[in-house]
Amino acid sequence: MEWLRELLFLPPGAGSMADDLDALHLVVIGTTMVGAAAVFAVALTSVVRWRRRRPGQRTARVTSPKAFEVGVALSLIVLFVGFWVVGYRQYVDIRRPPDDALTVHVVAKQWMWKFVGPGGRRAQGVLVVPRGRDVVLRLTSRDVIHSFFVPAFRLKQDVLPGRTTTMWFRAERAGTYPVFCAEYCGLDHSRMRAFVVALDPPAYARWLEGERVTQVAGLGARADVDVEVDSEGGEDMITRGRALASRYGCFACHTMDGQAHVGPTWRGLYGSTVQLASGETRVASDDYLTESMMEPEAQRVAGYDTVMPSYRGVLDATETAAIVELIRSLEDRGPAPAVDLPPTEVHEAAPDAGAPATRDGGTP
Amino acid sequence: MTDYLRADRGIASWLLTRDHKRIGVLFLVATGVALLVGGLFALFMRLELATPEATMIDEGSYNRLFTLHGVTMVWLFMIPAIPAGFGNFLLPIMIGAEDVAFPKLNLASFHVYVVGALVTLFGMLIGGADTGWTFYVPYAAGTPTAVIPILVGVFVLGWSSVITGLNFIVTVHTMRAEGIGWFDMPLFVWAIYATSIIQVLATPVLGMSLALVGLDAGFDLGVFDPERGGDPVLYQHLFWFYSHPAVYIMVLPAMGVVTETICTFARKNPLSYRAIAYSTLGIAFVGFLAWGHHMFTAGMSTFDAAAFGILSMLVSIFSAIKVFTWVGTLHRGAIHVSTPLAYVFAFLFLFVFGGMTGVAVATTSLDVHWHDTYFVVAHFHFIMVGGTLTAYLAALHYWFPKITGRRYSERAGLVGAVLVFVGFTTTFVPQFLLGNMGMPRRYATYPEQFAALNAMSTVGSWVLGLGLAWVLGVLAKALVAGARAGEDPWGSASFEWRTASPPPKHNFEAPPVLVGCYDYTGEADGEPEVRHA
Repeated sequence: MEWLRELLFLPPGAGSMADDLDALHLVVIGTTMVGAAAVFAVALTSVVRWRRRRPGQRTARVTSPKAFEVGVALSLIVLFVGFWVVGYRQYVDIRRPPDDALTVHVVAKQWMWKFVGPGGRRAQGVLVVPRGRDVVLRLTSRDVIHSFFVPAFRLKQDVLPGRTTTMWFRAERAGTYPVFCAEYCGLDHSRMRAFVVALDPPAYARWLEGERVTQVAGLGARADVDVEVDSEGGEDMITRGRALASRYGCFACHTMDGQAHVGPTWRGLYGSTVQLASGETRVASDDYLTESMMEPEAQRVAGYDTVMPSYRGVLDATETAAIVELIRSLEDRGPAPAVDLPPTEVHEAAPDAGAPATRDGGTP
Repeated sequence: MTDYLRADRGIASWLLTRDHKRIGVLFLVATGVALLVGGLFALFMRLELATPEATMIDEGSYNRLFTLHGVTMVWLFMIPAIPAGFGNFLLPIMIGAEDVAFPKLNLASFHVYVVGALVTLFGMLIGGADTGWTFYVPYAAGTPTAVIPILVGVFVLGWSSVITGLNFIVTVHTMRAEGIGWFDMPLFVWAIYATSIIQVLATPVLGMSLALVGLDAGFDLGVFDPERGGDPVLYQHLFWFYSHPAVYIMVLPAMGVVTETICTFARKNPLSYRAIAYSTLGIAFVGFLAWGHHMFTAGMSTFDAAAFGILSMLVSIFSAIKVFTWVGTLHRGAIHVSTPLAYVFAFLFLFVFGGMTGVAVATTSLDVHWHDTYFVVAHFHFIMVGGTLTAYLAALHYWFPKITGRRYSERAGLVGAVLVFVGFTTTFVPQFLLGNMGMPRRYATYPEQFAALNAMSTVGSWVLGLGLAWVLGVLAKALVAGARAGEDPWGSASFEWRTASPPPKHNFEAPPVLVGCYDYTGEADGEPEVRHA
């Protein structure tokens, strides 16, 4: 199969999906190119076989039997639907991240990629991951639309402002793989590049402990991308989300311990189905939580009053993502997080009246 | 008998004409200029891309250049060229009518086109936009470049498209000559008719979307701004709701040209008239439902991806039916390889191979790698641009005697066809491979590993440019010094050849008898109908 890959100029595959995708690629391209060549060859030979032999030559009227037309159409439908079925199953695998994956937050902005990994290690231009481990990226943009594209994994995902999208992969081989921005994003779109560095587990552990990735992966020789690693480590998204929620007074109405207050508690909220005041239900996804911060009234949970202000223009995309991340960490399925109680002065600012007596109607 | 070219004299008699043939010629000249301008943009882009780093122009200029190339080629050339140019000239003649249903509106559609083109040109001259022809928000709403005049220009051009489409629909419904039923018309009319339906139904959605982007950009309205509750992906849905069907606005007329050319030069009836007519309508209909395949990586739900994936496959089924019918039409024909047929073979090559790569990118999981790479660039240049361009050139040669009354040099014409084909494939085959390698589109600079294939593509673009310049020279010479064509130089049975070339002002001198536009059996032979072997 390797020589076929080279024939098609596909880069060596390094991601968990790459082999399956390449197999389908070869089948689809192989079948269709052979089919196309056969059709074109028939057309070309007809020119010789049925060439005009004298200027005034006339032809007999020929029509195709219905069965022939229907047969051709049906066999094509079977073939193409076959491609579709296999392709769709793979697409579903691409889109559904495994549950126990390592999370890395990706923030795109004109024209750079920033990564915040486990333990709060930040890096710009280089995404460090352990080989053989599922990694889920949670991507957001601070300005326009970008797209995170790793050719070696055969994967890409658009990165949108005001939303969090996810993509997952497992690097099967240690190595350094280019990342491109695939959605046109302005002046330096073509220079918005980065690298995925997949490290063997011992090397990854050394990196986690603070060793520079340039030493671990020998990346120093690559001059074509700005690599900047904050070796001090930094706050991770959850810690940042907690600080922000505190600063913006979220804890005045929301709790993290399951207690109902002025607003729904954040404990167990993520991923649950919430009953809206409008009578509809929504799953509390990233989108829903983001939207609720920007436009609280649009999708208000049943049983709560209209008191929450809009945070549009107050929280930027990364801040919103950090708070969503905090709420996600309080998901029921996850391991119990170490929850620090919010500062008490925030509680004092909370209005006493109007607190609903019941929790929201959501099912965990 | 005076033909339409000599019936009236003076510039005003052209610019204010209500004769559909003259309006068709005006559109052909205007879209021809657009092709040259858009082609020069392309040559310059390819020249810059010959090397990885920015050499002649900086990134900002390159980004403007690919935007202007796209805008010019899509809206000023490909959308109007065949329907408004050849469609205008031929459709009324093909149904035995004197003119279109609304001749004044027809002239207005040309004037609106010119206004739209001038506004777009103005936008280009004051700096040009750098958004790509897709105007994706939020980038397009915040770009520092002159996006608003370009948006207004394209908006106005859309009106021209709607007016032309409306006119053709009414013309086909109400002005067919006595005895010409729906299944007696040349199939080119079906193609233009289906195209018109798409133009009328889809273009207003484009107008609305572009207007909203313009309001976002100019008045900070925030419709698509996520900071204020807007949704940039909504824009993509609206944009592709038009722009995917727009692909068929470009390629359906091209398919109509192919059908006519094959039947004339093979002297054969189409293998199945109804298969071509119905698949034309099928493509027009299903084409409206496939737009979401442009967003497989935008974060759409897997259910949506499944639906758009299978609907996209359906388009390829209809297209394949057409291809089989064309190839089957050659069977038992009396084929004469002339320049138009050579272009049709170039069309078939690009359409069959390019179409198959369409099946590949409609396969959802594979599209995740290919989306927004050069594979997609090569795919749509093969099928949409290559299909439209080769069919346009086939039409230009095939109907050149009809429009001008003169003949071009057949040998020189064939040389042009070979140059265009070789140039086109050399330009775009490497781009498929670049896409496989993972080179994203709209890249002003690129890493070293993409250099060799890019250089090859650039060389191909020079051959293509040379080919088009050659064609222009051949046709210009024929226009001045070509031999008189006579009424029907190809021995075609189609209706447009049953009047003088060039036709008289009112198309037919006497009420014509129009039956059997694909009847090549001849009385003497009288062979009985045979079935496909």
